[in-house]
Amino acid sequence: MQDFGDAFGLAFDLILQGDPDLAEIVGLSLRVTLIAVAASCAIGFPLGAATAIMRFPGRQGVVIAMNALMGLPPVVVGLLVYMLLSNAGPLGVLQLLYTPTAMIIAQCVLVIPIVAALTRQTIEDLAAEYDEQLRSLGVGSAGQAATLLWDARFSLLTTALAGFGRAIAEVGAVITVGGNIDHVTRVMTTAIAVETSKGNLGLALALGIILILMAMIVNGLVMTLRTQWMSRAYG
Amino acid sequence: MVDLALPRGAVAGQQLPILPLTASKLSFATSTGTWVGPIDLTIDQAGVTVVLGPNGAGKSVLLRLLHGLLEPTTGEVTWNGRAMDREIRLRQAMVFQSPVVLRRSVAANLRYALRIRGYRGAALRERVDAWLSHADLVPQGRRPATVLSGGEKQRLAIARALCGGPDVLFLDEPAANLDGASVIAIEKLLQTARDAGTKLVLVTHDLNQARRLADDVVFMVAGQARERAPASRFFDQPQSPEAQAFIDGRIVL
Amino acid sequence: MIKPIFRAAIGVAFMAGVLITGSTGAAERFVIVQSTTSTQNAGLFDHLLPLFEKATGIEVRVVAVGTGQALKNARNGDGDVVLVHARTAEDSFVAEGWGIARHDVMSNDFVVVGPADDPAGVSGMRDSVAALKKIAAVRAVFLSRGDESGTHSKERALWVQAGVDVDAVSGTWYRETGAGMGATLNTATGMGAYTLTDRGTWISFNNKGGQTVLVEGDKRLFNPYGVILVNPVRHPRVRAEDGQAFIDWLLGPDGQRAIADYRVDGQQLFFPVRRPSGPNS
Repeated sequence: MQDFGDAFGLAFDLILQGDPDLAEIVGLSLRVTLIAVAASCAIGFPLGAATAIMRFPGRQGVVIAMNALMGLPPVVVGLLVYMLLSNAGPLGVLQLLYTPTAMIIAQCVLVIPIVAALTRQTIEDLAAEYDEQLRSLGVGSAGQAATLLWDARFSLLTTALAGFGRAIAEVGAVITVGGNIDHVTRVMTTAIAVETSKGNLGLALALGIILILMAMIVNGLVMTLRTQWMSRAYG
Repeated sequence: MVDLALPRGAVAGQQLPILPLTASKLSFATSTGTWVGPIDLTIDQAGVTVVLGPNGAGKSVLLRLLHGLLEPTTGEVTWNGRAMDREIRLRQAMVFQSPVVLRRSVAANLRYALRIRGYRGAALRERVDAWLSHADLVPQGRRPATVLSGGEKQRLAIARALCGGPDVLFLDEPAANLDGASVIAIEKLLQTARDAGTKLVLVTHDLNQARRLADDVVFMVAGQARERAPASRFFDQPQSPEAQAFIDGRIVL
Repeated sequence: MIKPIFRAAIGVAFMAGVLITGSTGAAERFVIVQSTTSTQNAGLFDHLLPLFEKATGIEVRVVAVGTGQALKNARNGDGDVVLVHARTAEDSFVAEGWGIARHDVMSNDFVVVGPADDPAGVSGMRDSVAALKKIAAVRAVFLSRGDESGTHSKERALWVQAGVDVDAVSGTWYRETGAGMGATLNTATGMGAYTLTDRGTWISFNNKGGQTVLVEGDKRLFNPYGVILVNPVRHPRVRAEDGQAFIDWLLGPDGQRAIADYRVDGQQLFFPVRRPSGPNS
C-alpha cells in the first residue's frame, strides 16, 4: 500500500515539474496513438459499414473473422509487422523499422478490427431501421453506408474511444517494431517496461498512473465534446 | 407562388410519363405461405387511389411490390411499359407507417432528398423553404428532426417525399396511431399534393379516411384484389360480400 | 451527405501528411546499434552516446534486446553495429559472414546474487562451479534468463562444468524466465531466488530487495563485450561508414576513457580493454 502512495506522489511531482523527458514521451504516445486511431477509423468505419449492408457469399465468415481479430495478441502483431518492415523483409526498402511510423502501422493492425467489428454491429442495427426508407429515396449502397455512418456518429465516437484504449495501453507491438529507442520511439508503455527492468518500480508505477490519467483526460474530453455536439446536432 | 408539387418534367414536357403503373400476374410468396396474389392491376393518373381492406390483407406488401422494395415471386411491375430504372426510382416516393427521419435538422432532411434528385443552390433552398411552409414546420427548420413529435415527424417524412416533385407518392398507413390534429394536417398536405398533380396511392384500414380521400378504391382481402371501383360506386354499391361486410363495420377475415 | 465524406477525406490526407513528413525518424544522420539490456539498463549508453554525438554529429539509436535477439536482428540487416557479450555466438556471426570482424571493447564480470539467508550456503565462495553444485544439491530456486543472451550462455556453460543437467529439472527448482536481466532480477527479488547477473546491471538495479552478491571473483565469471560491424555486402543498406566511425570511437582513446569514467554510486561498472593514458587514469 505504501508503494502505491509513493507512486502517486512521484507521479504528481513529475507532472508539476514539467519534466521534459516525460513531456516528450507523453507527446509521442499521444501522437502515435491518435494518428493510428484516426487512420484505423478512416479504414474501419467504411469497412464495417460495407460489411453491415452488403450481402455476399462468405459474409458470415468475414463477420466471424472480424470479431476474432479483435483479440489479436499485440506481441504477435509486433512480430508480423517487424518481419514485414525488416531489412530482410518485403518492405525493408521503406526503411520504416524503428520509427514512429512503424509503431503507428502496428497499432493500426490492432485497432482496425476493433473499429470495423463494432462499426458493423452498430450499422447493422441502424440499417434494419433505415433500409426501406433509404432505398425508397433512391440512395445507392455507398450513399447508404455514408448516411448510416453519419447518423451513427455518436456511437461511432465510443467505438473510436475503444480503439484508443487498446492502442494507448499496448506495449508488445510497439516495442518490437519501434525498438524502444530513447528520444525516438519510446512511449509511455515502453518507458514503463524499461523502468521496470531497471528495478525502478516506483517510477514505473508513477508512469503508469500518468498513463491512466492521460487516457482519462482524452476520454473525458471526447465525451464532453460528444455531449455538446449531440445537443446541437444540426447534422 | 412557386408551383412546387409538380412532377418534374411535367412543365418542360420533356420526360415521358411513368404512369400508368401496371401489375400483371403479380404475386409474392415466402416459405411461410403466399402473401399476395396473383394480382392484375392498373393505376393511372386520376386522383387518389386508396388500397383498402382489413389488417393482414396484404396491402403493405402490395405497396412495396409496386414501389420496387420487394422482388415479386411471379409477374412483373411496369411503368408505362418500362421496367423500373434509376429515373423511375427517383420519380416516385414512399412514406411509411413509422416515419424514418435522419439524425440531422428538419431542413437538412429535406436537403438530403433534394440533393439525390440533383437540386443545388438557390433552387434547393427555395424548395426547402416552401415545403417547410407547406408542412407547417418552419419554426422547427433548424431543430434536430429526432426531437419532433410523431405527427411532426410524419409531416416531415411526407414533405421530404414530396419536395422532389415525384410523379407518384405511395403511403402506407401514414396517419395510423396519430392524434386527430395530426391526421387533419397530414390529409391537408396530401390534398395539396393531389391538387398539384401528384398521383397518390394510399394504403389504409381506416374506412372513414378512405371515404375522405379516395377517388378510386382497390379493395383487398386475403392477398387478393377483390374489387376495383371509383370511390362513389364502391361505397354505395360494393360488389363483393367481403366489401359489403367491411363497409358495414363487420370483421372480415 | 457529401460534406462528411469530404471532411473525412481531408482528415485522412492531413493525417497522411503528418505521418509522412513529421518525425519519421529518418531525417538525421544516425546509426542503429543492436545491443544488450545489460548495457542499456546500466546506463552506459546514456553516458557514452552524447559524447560521441557531440564529437561526430552522428546520432546513435540503441535497440536494447537480449544478445540472441540482437544478433538475429543484425542477421536481418536491422542494425549497423552489434554490441553484445556472447563470445561463441559473436564468432559464429562473423564466421557466417554477417559481420566484418569482432573487436573486444570492454568487460566486467558476472556475479551470483541470491537471498541474504542463503539456503545453499554459497556466500563468499569464489568457485562459481562449486557454488552451482551446492545450489543444485539443496534444490534452491535458481532463475535462468533462458533467452540465449550472453548471460544465459555463460550460465549454461557453468552448469555444464558443474555436471548438472538443468534441462531435466527445468520448471522445478531451476526456472527459466525467458526475459531480460532486469525482469529476471525483479522475479528473483520477488521469489528470493539465486541468479547469475552481470555486475553492471546489478549495481544499477533499484529493486534489490533482500538480495545480495554471494559469489564473485571466479576467472570463469569474466564477461567480455564485443563490438561488430554488420557486413554491408550482405545488407547493402547498412550504414557502414558511420557504423565504423562509432566502432573506431569506442575502441579509440576517447571512447575507452569514457567507458572507464562511467560510475554508478562511485563504482566503475565497465572496464575498457585499452588502459587509458593521461591524467584521468
